[in-house]
Parts: sequence; structure tokens; C-alpha cells
Amino acid sequence: MSNGAFAAAMAVLPDYLGQHVLLSVSALLLGIAISLPLAIVSAQSRSLREPVLALANIVQTIPGLALLALFYPVLLALSVFTARAFGLRIPALGFLPALLALTLYSMLPVLRNTIAALMGLDPAVKTAARAVGMTPRQSLLIVELPLAAPVIMAGIRIAAVWVIGTATLSTPVGQTSLGNYIFTGLQTENWIFVLFGCVAAGALALVIDRLLALAETGFAQRSRARLIAAFIGVVVVIAASLVPLIGTASGRAVIGAKNFEEQYILSAVIADQLAKAGVPSIRRSDLGSTIIFRALVAGDVDAYVDYSGTIWANEMHRHDMPGRAAVLQQVARWLKTTYGILDVGSLGFENAYVLAMRRDKAKALDIETLADLAAYAPRMKIGGDYEFFSRPEWASIVKTYRMHFAVQRSYQPTFMYRALSDGDVDVISAFSSDGRIAEYHLKLLSDPKSALPPYDAVLLLSPKRAQDAKFFAALKPLAGRIDLTTMQRANLMVDRDKRTPEDVAKWLVQRIRK
Amino acid sequence: MIRLEGVRKDYGAGTPAVRSLTLEIQEKEFAVLIGPSGSGKSTTLLLLNRLIEPSAGTIAIDGQNISALDPVALRRRIGFVFQGIGLFPHLTVSENIAITPRLLGWSRQEIAARVRELLELVHLAPERYGERLPKQLSGGEQQRVGVARALAARPNIMLMDEPFGALDPLVRDELGTDYRDIHDRLGLTTILVTHDMTEALLLADRIVVMRDGGIVQSGTPQQLIDAPSDDFVRHMIDSPRRRAQRLAAALNPIPAP
Repeated sequence: MSNGAFAAAMAVLPDYLGQHVLLSVSALLLGIAISLPLAIVSAQSRSLREPVLALANIVQTIPGLALLALFYPVLLALSVFTARAFGLRIPALGFLPALLALTLYSMLPVLRNTIAALMGLDPAVKTAARAVGMTPRQSLLIVELPLAAPVIMAGIRIAAVWVIGTATLSTPVGQTSLGNYIFTGLQTENWIFVLFGCVAAGALALVIDRLLALAETGFAQRSRARLIAAFIGVVVVIAASLVPLIGTASGRAVIGAKNFEEQYILSAVIADQLAKAGVPSIRRSDLGSTIIFRALVAGDVDAYVDYSGTIWANEMHRHDMPGRAAVLQQVARWLKTTYGILDVGSLGFENAYVLAMRRDKAKALDIETLADLAAYAPRMKIGGDYEFFSRPEWASIVKTYRMHFAVQRSYQPTFMYRALSDGDVDVISAFSSDGRIAEYHLKLLSDPKSALPPYDAVLLLSPKRAQDAKFFAALKPLAGRIDLTTMQRANLMVDRDKRTPEDVAKWLVQRIRK
Repeated sequence: MIRLEGVRKDYGAGTPAVRSLTLEIQEKEFAVLIGPSGSGKSTTLLLLNRLIEPSAGTIAIDGQNISALDPVALRRRIGFVFQGIGLFPHLTVSENIAITPRLLGWSRQEIAARVRELLELVHLAPERYGERLPKQLSGGEQQRVGVARALAARPNIMLMDEPFGALDPLVRDELGTDYRDIHDRLGLTTILVTHDMTEALLLADRIVVMRDGGIVQSGTPQQLIDAPSDDFVRHMIDSPRRRAQRLAAALNPIPAP
């Protein structure tokens, strides 16, 4: 089993590492290109220096994940604007937001060290530069920058290590990085993946840091050999990392996945179907519900599996419950007319949001339905996934059943089940297709007032791919072929048995073909 | 010929660093500005190649008012030697010497030949010293490089701000003598700042004694010795003699009776 996880980790390393290096290097180069001139001007101007350093300091206090997340809405708004003004759409997901956030992140150490180095130079040397007849520009290029170079290089080193580390957080905005190991591993309790991601990112940071340290001493000791060695080393590392990416980025279909097991498995199933039809694809995992839908609309993602109720409540803002078939039909029509998104159809199972309790506790209190639960709620604690309490479904439950809990807690799903099992919380928001419902012997509470919509799993294609007959033909066979029991078994294989989603996807494809 | 007329320099409010200075220095003259700290001698030197600008008055070199000249071009035709040596620590000896010719766009061969010639002029073997960094040289050797760098672009005028002040006495004498020789051979006009009267008496064609931003007396060493204008000048001129007497007494003590 561990060997399988290790082999699975190795298999995706070229893609993850390449993307990680591409992102980090681009962000660092852009950061240096902005910081260096800004620092040079700031070193001479007090009125510029203070606000520049203050701003860079503020950026540094924003948590890395939040900074990355913030660029998504900013770019989305900008994209709407440029689309209207110039007919040009900016991708709000993936590389660009990650690049901009990391660029900002890389700036402080370069700014601070460059300003400090230039201001700390012996004034006698600067006077000598003027006395031998240098213009201010010549003095900067011939004397000041070379003397400041070791300290500037030290700043670049710090920035490089920060950027490589923080780049692991770009996974949730749809940019593949070594962080995919960590996010996926955390989700599936695959600690080999988590460890693999940490070690890979750490090793990359260490190698780059050592090479830049070599450049730093090269500058300090005027050793051309060291500078050349460091330069060659950096180029080799970057080139080796990027080679596997050549030819992969363009033309490949992008398959999205949200941040839980079922989605990993289904995205692997979709990739498998496409591969059989001769369509190469890459997968983008751990995307949030809203982000993934916007990405599909924008064409940043070509296909993914969503759930009818999610679209119904979150995108269509509907609160009425016309029944499962009607919701499915109306969602498909709405997607088509509003965005040109093609609903290939229901896969054949429902993954509903349900509230779940431990069977023993539900029995003791005689709780069968959400209406029964509402009476006990004020003395109870509820756990939900990261999205749940901000979703309209939760608002609908609160409103319909006048449900108020003493305590609300958000969990990463794996830990949420643990918390319920250990008695830390009394109720959780579960997914009906989750294999762990059976494993933990959970009681699912029924919803007599239909506060929650149905959640049929539906395969969606982006407006562009909706026109692509080959694409559609490859994926159409999936419709109606996966029932609830099969999906629950598949999910459990990942959750409990620690098999990789790719491995389980192969099993699932075999069953579909039968 | 360098001519200062009514030159004043204020640093903010308070007493000016230099007040109403009028002075003429002849071509090929070796002039030494001497005075205690704060007398304005270094400020005067810095005004001559526009490292600082005067608050009032005019400075002319060969009849040209320097405030009308491009300061960068002006500095490239005036050599400047610093008290703190002021070599560029990241450049080799050859690169340091080559800096002004390089800025002037000389060809590579011209520069290489000139660097060699200058190293020999200041008695440093080109093969041994050319590729070294300043920190690998002794203080005296560094200042020889400083002199060579100042001479690189064949200036007619050399400005020297306490150039030998930080060196030990032996090296100091040697360097002073060597430089006076270079001054004569190349036909330079040198203005050297010092607070050491011995050095002034040994090197100068003319000594300009300064105090509180003004000139107290200006003349040949002989004129100053023969007719010091006041007690201050007399006291300064006498200090080498007093030291020599004390030295003689220390070396030949009067035997006890």
C-alpha cells in the first residue's frame, strides 16, 4: 500500500515539480524586476522609501493562503471589466493569481536588503566615485550596485525560499504545485503524499538556496568561477524541471476536481475516458465550489462533476423544491441558456448534503428527522466542512427548522468524521455518497420539510467543449452508469483502505464497462 | 592658473566654513593649504572640482568660471587624492587606475599601456600589483595606487586632501618625496591639504595658512619663516623646529654633572 502511494507520488512528480518551478521562478523574476528599481529609487528618496517599505511589510503580514485567495476575486472583477472594455478575458484562476500573489510576497526581502545595502555604503566610496568623474548613473552601476550585490543577493535568497514554500498554497486557486501532494494527502489521510510534498518543496528550496548562496559569495569574493557555477546550476535545475512540461500545457483538456475523495476519483475517471478517446488531459484538484464553477464558465476548466443542488442553491439562488427530476431538468436548461454549459447528464447517484449523528445517540434521544433535531440543537455542537456554514443550504436548514446550535465548528472532512466519532460534536454535515457513513455507523436525518435540494452528480462541460463532438462522445458513456452503492464503495477504498484515487478510478472504470 | 575670488561656503546657519576667500595659484605651483581642523582647508579643496558648490564668489581655472562647466567633465580633468584613500574595494589595482580613462572612452590598449606606465611611475611592479585588490595592499601601496588613479587621465591639476595623513612616518616621507618628484616631472599644479607643517615646509612652493575659514598668511616657506604675520603663524612655523630641538635633546641628553 505504501509502495503504491509512493509510486503514485513519483508518477505525478514531473508535472507538480515543473509547475511549481515555473510558478516560483516567474514570480521571483517578476518580483526582482519590480523590487530592484523601486529599491534603487527608494534608497535616494526618503518620501518614497517609508511608504514602500510599509506597504511591503503589510503584504508580508497577510497569510499566504489569503493573499492567493484574494487575487481570484480581484482578477475576476478585472476580467469582467476588460471583457467589456476590450473583449479580452483575463484568466482569474490558476497561474495568474498565483503568480501575482507570490510576486508581491517576494518583494519585501529584496526591497529591504537592496535599500539597506545601498544606504549602508561608505560615503567616502561614493564621494570617490564622483571625484573620479562618474555620473550618478555610472556611480550606481560601476560602484554602488556591485558593492551592494552580496547583500542584495542575500535578500533574493530569502525571497526564493519564501516563494518556493508559499507556492505550495497555490493549489486551491487552481494552480498545480507541489502543494497538490499536501492538499490531496491531507484530504485522503495519505500521509505519504503529505510528507512527499513537504520533502519535495523543502529539497527544491534547499537546492536553490545553496546555489544562490554560491552566487552571493561569488559577488562578495569577486569570484567569477562561483558566479558562473551558480548560474549554470540554477539554469540546470530550472531547465530540468521544466522539460516535462514542454508541449503539455497547450491543447490539453483541463479536468477540475473539488477538494474531496469522490471528486478526485471522478476526475481520474473522466481523464481515463478522454485518454481512451485520444484526448490528452491534465487534472486540477482541490478547487472550491464557486471557483470551479466560475472556472468552467470561463473555460479555465473543461469538465468536472458538480451536484444539481449546489448549482440550484448557489448559482440559481432557488429556494423552492420542485422535486429531484425537475431540479435536474431545470439546472441543465439554465446552464445551457445562461452560460452555454453542457450538462452531459446525471452519473446515476446522488451525493446530498445530509446532517448525520451517531446511531447510538440518535436512538437515545429518539431523533429521526431534522425537525426532531431542532428541539435538541440549542444544547448541541455541530461540525461542518469549510464551505457548509456559508452555503445557502445551511441558511435554508436554519430558516426552515429554526435550527440553532450552541456551537458551530468547521473541519477538514476527514477530521470532521473523527470529531463526531469521538463525541467532540453531536451532528455533522455529511455527504450521502461518503463511504464513511457506513463505516462509522452514522444515522442520516431525514428532511421532511425539503429544506435541502437533491444533489444528483452531473457531468458538466465548458461552453467551448460543449461544441466538441469527440469530447462529448468520450464522456457520454459515463452518464447513468455509477450507482450510489458503487460510489460509496469507491470512496471507502480511498478513505479507509488508503488506495490512491487513480487506482480506484481504474476499478470504477472496469465496473462501468461491464 | 586657479583663481578664487570672494568665495564663501555656508553649511546651513551658523559660521561659514569658508568666508570671503581670495587666492591665486600659479601654473605648476605646489601649494599647501595648512591649518587646524575646521579652518576650511578641505572645504576649499572640494570647491575646486565642484564636489561642493560655493554659496558666493567665483572660482576660475585658466580664466574659465568653473560654475559654467559641466561638473562631471571638470572632475575628469582634475586628479583627486583622498585622505581615506578611497579606492574602490571591489576593483583591482589596474581597474581602479583605469577608471577615469574608461569613463573618457579610451581604447583598451591605451588604457593598459597607461596603467602600466603609472604603476611604474609610483614604483609598483605592474606584474605584482596589477591584479590585486586594494585590501591585499599595505596602506602606503594603496595610496600610491590612489595617486596613480588621480593621474590616469593626464590632468594638469591635482587636488590632495591629507593624502599621507594616515600613513606611518617613514612611508609618509617617502611618498611625499616621490610625489614632489612626479609633480616636477609632469609639470603639475598641485594643491595639497595638510595639518602637518613639516610636510608643508618640505614639499611646498607656497604655503597658505588658514584659520576659521579665512587665509591668515600666504607665501613661500622662507617668507613665512622670515616674516610670520602674527603669533599664530609664528607658532605653527616654529612647531617643526621645537620638535627637532626636543628630539635632539632626547637623543643627546645633557650628561649629569
